Amino acid sequence: MSINAESASTIFAVSINQQPVSVAALPTDRLSDVLRDKLGMIATKIGCNAGDCGACTVLINGETACACLTPIAQVNGCSIETAEGLSVKDSESATKRSANDATLSRLQESFLQHGAAQCGICTPGMLMTAKVLLNDTPKPTRTEVEDALGGVLCRCTGYQKIIDAVVNTHQFTAETIVPAVGEVVGARIRHLDGRAKVTGELTFGADVIPEGALAVRVIRSPHHFAHFTLGDLKQYINSNTGIEAVLDASDIPGNNCFGVIQPFADQPVFAEGFARYRGEAIAAIVGAPDHLSLLDEADFPVEWEVLKHALLPEEALSESALAIHESRAGNVLIRGYVEHGDATAALARAKHRVSVKTTTPFIEHGYIEPEAGYCVRKGERLEIYGCTQAPQMDRESLAEIMGMGMDAIRIKPSACGGGFGSKLDISFQPYLALAAWKLDKPVTVCYSRGESMRSTTKRHPSDINLTVGCDDEGIISGFAFNGTFNTGAYASWGPTVANRVPVHASGPYYIEDYRADSVAVHTNTPPSGAFRGFGVPQSAIAQETAFDQLADKVGMDRLEFRIKNALRNGQPTATGQVFERGVGIVECLEVLQPAWERANQAAAQFNQQQQANQSPLLKGVGLGSCWYGCGNTSLPNPSTVRMGITRKGKVVLHQGAMDIGQGSNTVITQIAADSLGVAVHSIELIDADTDLTPDCGKTSASRQTYVSGMAAKLSGEALRATLLESAGLSINTDASIICHEGTVTVDGDGKSLEIDLSELKINEFGYVFMAQETYDPPTKALDEKGQGVPYAVYGYGAQLMELTVDTELGTIKLNHITTAHDVGRAINPMLVEGQIEGGVAQGIGMALMEEYLPGRTENLHDYLMPTFGDMPNFTHNIIEVEDAEGPYGAKGLGEHVLIPTAPAILNAIRDATGATVTNLPATPDKVLTAINASKQVGAA
Amino acid sequence: MNFAQPNKIDEALTLLANDDWSILSGGTDFYPSLGDKQPQGNILDLSQIDTLNQITQNDEYWLFGALTTWTDVIKADLPPAFDVLKLAAREVGSMQIQNRATVAGNLCNASPAADGVPPLLCLDALVKLSSVRGERILALTDFIHGNRKTALQDDEMLTQIIIPKRAALGFSNFIKLGTRKYLVISISMVAARLSWNKNGVIDGAAIAVGSCSLVAQRLKALETVLIGQKCSARLTDLVQIQHLDCLSPIDDVRASADYRMQASLALVKRVITRVTQS
Repeated sequence: MSINAESASTIFAVSINQQPVSVAALPTDRLSDVLRDKLGMIATKIGCNAGDCGACTVLINGETACACLTPIAQVNGCSIETAEGLSVKDSESATKRSANDATLSRLQESFLQHGAAQCGICTPGMLMTAKVLLNDTPKPTRTEVEDALGGVLCRCTGYQKIIDAVVNTHQFTAETIVPAVGEVVGARIRHLDGRAKVTGELTFGADVIPEGALAVRVIRSPHHFAHFTLGDLKQYINSNTGIEAVLDASDIPGNNCFGVIQPFADQPVFAEGFARYRGEAIAAIVGAPDHLSLLDEADFPVEWEVLKHALLPEEALSESALAIHESRAGNVLIRGYVEHGDATAALARAKHRVSVKTTTPFIEHGYIEPEAGYCVRKGERLEIYGCTQAPQMDRESLAEIMGMGMDAIRIKPSACGGGFGSKLDISFQPYLALAAWKLDKPVTVCYSRGESMRSTTKRHPSDINLTVGCDDEGIISGFAFNGTFNTGAYASWGPTVANRVPVHASGPYYIEDYRADSVAVHTNTPPSGAFRGFGVPQSAIAQETAFDQLADKVGMDRLEFRIKNALRNGQPTATGQVFERGVGIVECLEVLQPAWERANQAAAQFNQQQQANQSPLLKGVGLGSCWYGCGNTSLPNPSTVRMGITRKGKVVLHQGAMDIGQGSNTVITQIAADSLGVAVHSIELIDADTDLTPDCGKTSASRQTYVSGMAAKLSGEALRATLLESAGLSINTDASIICHEGTVTVDGDGKSLEIDLSELKINEFGYVFMAQETYDPPTKALDEKGQGVPYAVYGYGAQLMELTVDTELGTIKLNHITTAHDVGRAINPMLVEGQIEGGVAQGIGMALMEEYLPGRTENLHDYLMPTFGDMPNFTHNIIEVEDAEGPYGAKGLGEHVLIPTAPAILNAIRDATGATVTNLPATPDKVLTAINASKQVGAA
Repeated sequence: MNFAQPNKIDEALTLLANDDWSILSGGTDFYPSLGDKQPQGNILDLSQIDTLNQITQNDEYWLFGALTTWTDVIKADLPPAFDVLKLAAREVGSMQIQNRATVAGNLCNASPAADGVPPLLCLDALVKLSSVRGERILALTDFIHGNRKTALQDDEMLTQIIIPKRAALGFSNFIKLGTRKYLVISISMVAARLSWNKNGVIDGAAIAVGSCSLVAQRLKALETVLIGQKCSARLTDLVQIQHLDCLSPIDDVRASADYRMQASLALVKRVITRVTQS
């Protein structure tokens, strides 16, 4: 028997990836921490530290285990395999990271070939579980893959491409698609940055820790609303070892206030006197990592005086509610309004009317990577590394907080392990910046899952009332919408939600007489911010479910009803904008017609059989549609892209569109390749870094393919023009450009001209030829009735869900989804499918299981997100109705794909059972209650 | 603040007799319960006690050592009466969890939603508690007292789960109801084991429901009704809502109490059907 003083390190001997390793650790140190912190093996990721996400899956003696639940003392003498060991490395220690010359395994190649890794944070866990499965079952079925990999969560992919990759590993062929020059746009190429994701080498926010770094531990409010007084911090520092500083509001050299929309900026880095939500930061302890982890927060010197809180809008709007912000009367942040025609009159004359009321809860983004990063001070500058969706906005906020010039802040984004909107707002960055600046030492922070869930933004809960009418022909007559959104304690993206919703609440339909108003209400909850769709998924639930009921009232087929009312070229939107081309919703709906007929027939047949057998199972079919404006609403949001050719003849692309897994590193490069006219794999990519890339804005609002893609196209075309002119050719010449070592050959007009680069002057950016172009979408402000041009481009889509309801249990089995998304031009169809599948997964979560309750569902076993086993099968229809504005006709897609899913599910539940679920999520108990209620209505 | 990793049960018991120790086994409850804190106090890791790592049998009993994992259960060659436990094992968390988590730990953690309890109730499970004072054997029903409450004394540890062979008869099944497919805590779960004689008359019945009371409950009233009945598809007609009177479900984030009762009634019927189709 061994008994160790728990505080003393012991030497443990293990085999890692067939290499003997000795490591000193505490016996109860988690294997995941030992691998990462002591051995530098960062392929094993930590997503939850509780066995709920599987990101840390390793093999122990050939069997999968969560490294986060395994004490190092239990694996002494064991064989451990990690993702670092998957690729075959020559003469390299398996514990070291360096794999550029490594040969990938078939499994890894198959992941790349199928686009199975989006952000890459879950990929090592997926690969390790797949490896065990394939050892025993080289040709698994899809179900076997689901069962084996079911313990690993992915928030990006919707799991389908991962299943494809594992199922097809045995027949994997190493050929990859290498598109011809000029045919890169539209090609199904692999992610250009995918390799490091399947080797596990890609570094996320928590994966780089500078030598000697201190750590930050943020002290947060345990109360929803409270007044507080900090105690004697000096004494606290002196009475605890290892603390170098405690930071609070008084340490902020600049402005203790930030926000993503400057006129509404209201959020303090550290609360001053009042904490407005549970999880709000009041102070931060900086010190040696080992000491900080031992501190008990209960000992932190602070006195709380709890105030009467309001967690729901109706509480915050009541007369007795306390003001959450002095400056915002009645706790109202902002109202939004769009009016077109006369909705009241049109509803009065409508032959048929339907009113619906829907509610949706807080939804957590649930990226598998909690917020993390580090900061180093370099002289009078600060460099901040970590996960983000918006490096340039981070820089602006930090300059303001630190009272420094923008040039003094460098944001070096890490790989971003999912974002979906929440990582648009700064979170951990100011604590790092303050500590590194004050102490002049590198500082790291890594949020725990609970801290991430408590403190960062959420999807706005909504309460929506909608009345919509139509005439006997099924033509919509009047649409009156009212939405109340719980915007939480601070503004964040509340104004955007309040503005986007009235613009979009019509759905992709032509509605002459329309009125939509919205209000964002402050409560004592985490700030509601951006989440894939900015409120539109919530409003689409009301609109699309109401349309089904209205179609039924008028006795019309639900798809026909939608096609009849769908927006067409030349018809004004609710904001009075008219597109002469590019409106693709009719194409999306019409392509679903065969699937609609087949699915309805199949469901009817199934239901007849089941009823004969007294089975509780009923199948249903449901539709949902979407439209979504790409880019900021009536506000400038330019992107700038730089391309250059070095004296050595290398084409370099500086694209600052933050790739958070959605694929901008690949898509923007594809656009750049065709616009310049070179091979895509010949381009050297420099991605987002505020010192290296011009501003491509934020990764949100489905804007990167469109806006940054346009900037890349203009930049590539400009560089091409420069080269052709240098070769003495007209810029419109159909010429080929080939870069060699030190020269560029331009073939055109029957001539072949070689440009010698060696004599050319190198500019300040290091290039002999360079182009830098900016694109900003042409929009116009909305007037007081919301009329104007909010977006230059909209994308469109529709989805058809087939499902089975267990009418005894209220459970739902999703069978099949047929998607139709008009993306204008699919720059990379594989990535388009990946976006759709991932968006559908989040739509499923929203419809059926996800609900964030402050103080209650702050972990990933009480907060449920879809797993491998909760997905339907997919059939995709990628529709390409060329846009007048976007690059090569492309439209945005990232948010659109989530919008139709939840309404399609609710409509299918109603189709199957007659039950109307209006209060999301439609968990089994709510579905069963609705089924029983509809039976009573039927019996009455 | 010590960490001990004994190789023998006696060593572990001596430690327990002399100081306060937190027991660490598969780690799948130990670590999540820490939250964001580091382990504190004395920690006793049972993982290296080889004698606890066996599934054995004698004339009267099946004996599961306290280190038996869910994967061990799935892989073990056991009679059909244990299907109820194997099916539950497949639904514990994920394969990663099943590979490390122990059945005994599931009992000692004493969650109302513990996946192992309803199946083991159906197998009339007993637990052996050991200490330097000796051993005592308790019925599982006497071992778990409530939410996170067990009969374990400070100096005791659970060393064995014991299934009487007279209870390991017949056929069995298990259904777990949750809001998603994998990695899910149940809203309700039902376990059933039925045995019948050569004439098809039921001579043994054990039905248990979990997640609907502080401790999973056997439906004794229903079992009484089932015994003596002919084993057929008609059995489910005998199941009545009052047979679930011993349950006391609550409203929580996973479901309402009313729903739990309704769903459990449907699940009980289904699980009985599945057993009779075995």
